[in-house]
Amino acid sequence: MTSGAAPATSSGQRTRGYLRAVGAVLWKDLAAELRSRELLSAMLVFALLVILVFNFALELDLATRQTVTSGVLWVTFAFAGTLGLNRSMAVERDRGCLDGLLLAPVDRSALYFGKALGNLAFMLIIEAIILPVYSLLYNVNLFLPGLLGVVLLGSIGYAAVGTLLSSMAVQARTRDVLLPILLFPVVLPVLIPAVKATNAVLLGLEAAELWPWLNLLIAYDVIFTAAAFMLFDFVVEE
Amino acid sequence: MIEVRRLVKTFGLKPVLRGVDFRAQPGEFVALLGPNGAGKTTMLRILATLSRPTMGEVRLAGYALPAQAAEVRRLLGVVSHQPLLYGDLTAEENLRFYARMYGLSDGAGRAAEVLDSVGLAARRRDLVRQFSRGMQQRLAIGRALLHDPQVMLFDEPYTGLDQDASSMLDEVLRRVAVAGRTVVMTSHDLPRAADLATRIDVLSRGVIAASVPQSEITPAGLIDLYRQVTRD
Repeated sequence: MTSGAAPATSSGQRTRGYLRAVGAVLWKDLAAELRSRELLSAMLVFALLVILVFNFALELDLATRQTVTSGVLWVTFAFAGTLGLNRSMAVERDRGCLDGLLLAPVDRSALYFGKALGNLAFMLIIEAIILPVYSLLYNVNLFLPGLLGVVLLGSIGYAAVGTLLSSMAVQARTRDVLLPILLFPVVLPVLIPAVKATNAVLLGLEAAELWPWLNLLIAYDVIFTAAAFMLFDFVVEE
Repeated sequence: MIEVRRLVKTFGLKPVLRGVDFRAQPGEFVALLGPNGAGKTTMLRILATLSRPTMGEVRLAGYALPAQAAEVRRLLGVVSHQPLLYGDLTAEENLRFYARMYGLSDGAGRAAEVLDSVGLAARRRDLVRQFSRGMQQRLAIGRALLHDPQVMLFDEPYTGLDQDASSMLDEVLRRVAVAGRTVVMTSHDLPRAADLATRIDVLSRGVIAASVPQSEITPAGLIDLYRQVTRD
């Protein structure tokens, strides 16, 4: 009898196999979400409600709006992101799908990167909708190229650490409350420079004031992604 | 094909497997019976590379676990009481997704073949969440057979199936076994295990308490043996 799943022999084949697995997990998440729209609609409604609540809670003059925008935006992204992370891993838990993924003969970090890219894509979609809505509601110009770069870097760090921690939390009985409790203290090193860098872009500060925060964001993105790459196998195995 | 020696698994301080010795030869169909909490699922999860042994030696086709888990996964097909399928994807999309994960060159062709073999070709474009439990279980077997594995592990595959679906699963299991694969199935269903398996092992209190070839025991004798070795 033959076994159809032939082992990759050369490093080129292994890399192709690895990338194919990452792509397959990403495709699966996007295809399932396009069909159900459960995750995106929950994230979007929640994010819109958060910025609406802030809009009514903080009756702000124009000058103050500029200074609180970065904080309100990142609180909104972080809260909506947590919903998305929870839902994204809940899908893997339904019908035992996580076991199905773990049974595949691929490096488990490929599963992590596939899931993390999917989570990042969902966050970016929500951010692409929230930024213009926020701009209209608060009368603040957010169509700044620098801001898009900061949002991208902050979202990468958030998805990197969030995917790892949600894989850990999904195995617990109290997973819905566990994820935010685990995530927010760990993700603070990403959120603080993201808020500061966003503020620097919105207030039009000098590049010398912006770059330290951007460097910090890039460093944390790299550290969190590398840590997750090394730890994912231990997190998902019994 | 499968060789387990002095396998121990503990969760925290609680021992679940206390030194299991187990062997399955190529082409053998072993039914692993035992009461709830005996450690059947834990043992199957260790064989499936989903759980690490605390102590002991586990080998599949000569590969040691957990060190050579990736090699072992290529040889394994696993079916549990959960289908391991995505409800928001169609039957065909699920199989094509797993075909890519297993690196199969002709994923679409293989998915079509497998759908045909489990009798779901006509429902290939339907979402899995619209399937009955029996249909989901047949598709789960298709998923496990996709890469033509040498070893099949079934963890209580009859859970939640009605009479018709169970009979259909019997047929599929017989076909799987006839193809020369090594099969290990955990079950609470003694008559069904006696009917399908070539050997019956009883796991009780974390060890294999009895192991008999199916040809040497009657269904009534199996029930007596089971009661005897699982008695508190």
